[in-house]
Amino acid sequence: MSVAAMDKNGNGNTFAASLKDAAMAAFLAAVLGFFFLALRTDIVPGGLAITTRWGLWFTAIAIVFGVRLLLNLFVFKTDRPVTGMLSGAGAGLGARVPGLGKWLGRALFLFALVLPFFFTSFFPGQQRQFIDLAILIMTYIMLGWGLNIVVGLAGLLDLGYVAFYAVGAYSFALLSTHFEFIGFWSALPLAGLLAAFWGVILGFPVLRLRGDYLAIVTLAFGEIIRVVLLNWYDFTGGPNGISGIPKPTFFGLEFTRGEGGFADFFGLEFSTIHRFIYLYYIIFILAIITNIVTMRLRRLPIGRAWEALREDEIACRSLGINTTNTKLTAFAIGAMFGGFAGSFFATRQGFISPESFSFLESAIILAIVVLGGLGSQIGVVIASVVMIGGIELLRNIGFLGQIFGDGFDPTQYRMLIFGLAMVLIMVWKPRGIVSTREPSVALKKKNKIGSDMVAQGEGH
Amino acid sequence: MSSQAQDALLSVRGVETYYGKIIALRGVDMDVHRGEIVTLIGANGAGKSTLMMTICGTPQARRGSIHYDGQDITTMPTHEIMRRGIAQSPEGRRIFPRMTVLENLQMGAQLVDPRHFRDDLDKVYALFPRLRERAAQRGGTLSGGEQQMLAIGRALMSRPKLLLLDEPSLGLAPLIVKQIFGAVLELNRTEGLTVFLVEQNAFHALKLAHRGYVMVNGRITMSGTGAELLKRDEVRAAYLEGGVH
Repeated sequence: MSVAAMDKNGNGNTFAASLKDAAMAAFLAAVLGFFFLALRTDIVPGGLAITTRWGLWFTAIAIVFGVRLLLNLFVFKTDRPVTGMLSGAGAGLGARVPGLGKWLGRALFLFALVLPFFFTSFFPGQQRQFIDLAILIMTYIMLGWGLNIVVGLAGLLDLGYVAFYAVGAYSFALLSTHFEFIGFWSALPLAGLLAAFWGVILGFPVLRLRGDYLAIVTLAFGEIIRVVLLNWYDFTGGPNGISGIPKPTFFGLEFTRGEGGFADFFGLEFSTIHRFIYLYYIIFILAIITNIVTMRLRRLPIGRAWEALREDEIACRSLGINTTNTKLTAFAIGAMFGGFAGSFFATRQGFISPESFSFLESAIILAIVVLGGLGSQIGVVIASVVMIGGIELLRNIGFLGQIFGDGFDPTQYRMLIFGLAMVLIMVWKPRGIVSTREPSVALKKKNKIGSDMVAQGEGH
Repeated sequence: MSSQAQDALLSVRGVETYYGKIIALRGVDMDVHRGEIVTLIGANGAGKSTLMMTICGTPQARRGSIHYDGQDITTMPTHEIMRRGIAQSPEGRRIFPRMTVLENLQMGAQLVDPRHFRDDLDKVYALFPRLRERAAQRGGTLSGGEQQMLAIGRALMSRPKLLLLDEPSLGLAPLIVKQIFGAVLELNRTEGLTVFLVEQNAFHALKLAHRGYVMVNGRITMSGTGAELLKRDEVRAAYLEGGVH
């Protein structure tokens, strides 16, 4: 709907009022921002020095004016706010095209399968950067899928998922640095088992708790693991972390230059990109395994019990389901995949320290699951690409530096943007990007279960 | 009473249940025999639902004993009790709102040999044809009556010997109540299913049941056949006056 169209409809008044309102907002921004944005004081010898940043100030005013005007025209002062259309369109899309999720999933899978070769052939200059980013995103997809078992399916709010990621990473790092003969592939199952074991250790006492209480205890657990790693200097190296973690080998072949390396064995020209491609495929396969296991489990009695548990714990117990064991399995399996991802992280980085396992990581993984839509596998993929890819994109936005002055680092604002994205999604799509769930059983045809008609909070 | 206790499917003896320090059941004796429909009526807060929940093991009785099929189930965990052939349609129905009707029914069959699934499903569908129509629909979108049917159907999918129904008529239109009680009666007659029914709707419950108990303030104050209790002045005065439709 353009402004001209509005005038034709006799909505000139609306436009004038919107303009006036936006001007007021811009004026307020100008007054408030004058001291914060336009003037900057720096400590110099002999007192404070004032520098002016008029460009930043004017940009801020312009943004406030523009956004306020647009909001006025399309949301606040119109009879048909676009926000309503947005949420309606999004909700209707899944229902209108029943196979959409499936086809999107297949397309994404195929793309992920050929992704390294896509980048090496089309972006040879930036291939390393792109494949590295793909590895990072894939790690978060795997973590998101792992957490999705706990939060999305079983409905247990886990704020300390990063603890299992850390257990997996440190398991592999310690095993491989203490025992020569343990490499990535032999340590991987051990790391998964240890993480699952810690999942059970944590789960056993706390799974009697529910909702908020469980969330707080898991949050504390995540912090305890990190603090222990930080302070147990003799064992974990404390804040110095562990370095010299071996790289994964391809059936015993190392990705090194010269005799006996991967490139030499296959008669290829040595390139560092081989190792990145290999790492990408490792995490890709691990993530796909996570997905397949989750999808299989959903159709088994245990997976159905998880979903039922999320819906109504008392009803579950009255159906003869041992709720404690059911929760424990969800916790342990989720933790196991976290552990796998952790040991992959360790081998990719070659160096780990407790810094990598802060609460922020847990929050990001949880945000991926929630934004994607609890319990939705494809939603996790979309949310990971958008969030992790989005952060990386921020790094590459150079022109912002020209507006906001030198030294402006857009990545510093990622939490602000995250928060904003969260708020917007929760307002328009309270159940996440993909809010339909496919029934795990159907006798004739499968019906998508939309959340459109469900009030917020129902079914938790 | 004691001679009857031998052939009782469920027998409750001197059960006292507390919520923290507050006593909810003050020594309850009750029997449900095989093939019987037994109802427990009483006012709000009398302890009817507490008795049913105590049978299911949450909360557990602090004193007294509960025997089911010759076994002491007083201190068993809930899921163990429910695995022994007791099924419950809980208070407030408690169906799984985001799962389909079919998935809800499948949850009921969780502990049963999967080979029985189709037959059991057909039986439930025959009993409540509405559920067949709604099979692919989300549980939360059903009407109250349909949800109650689903809760009973889900309980039946576990092939119970004893069916516990907690206020199935709550908030339902009289016609639906009639339909649901009719289904319960049919189950009892054709399959010999034993039913223990907790109800506030005393008139319908007593008409349906073989025997009834009246609970006041955590104690059983009266018992007898349904017809007997319906005639008793105390029952009429307390639960039926103005309540007979």
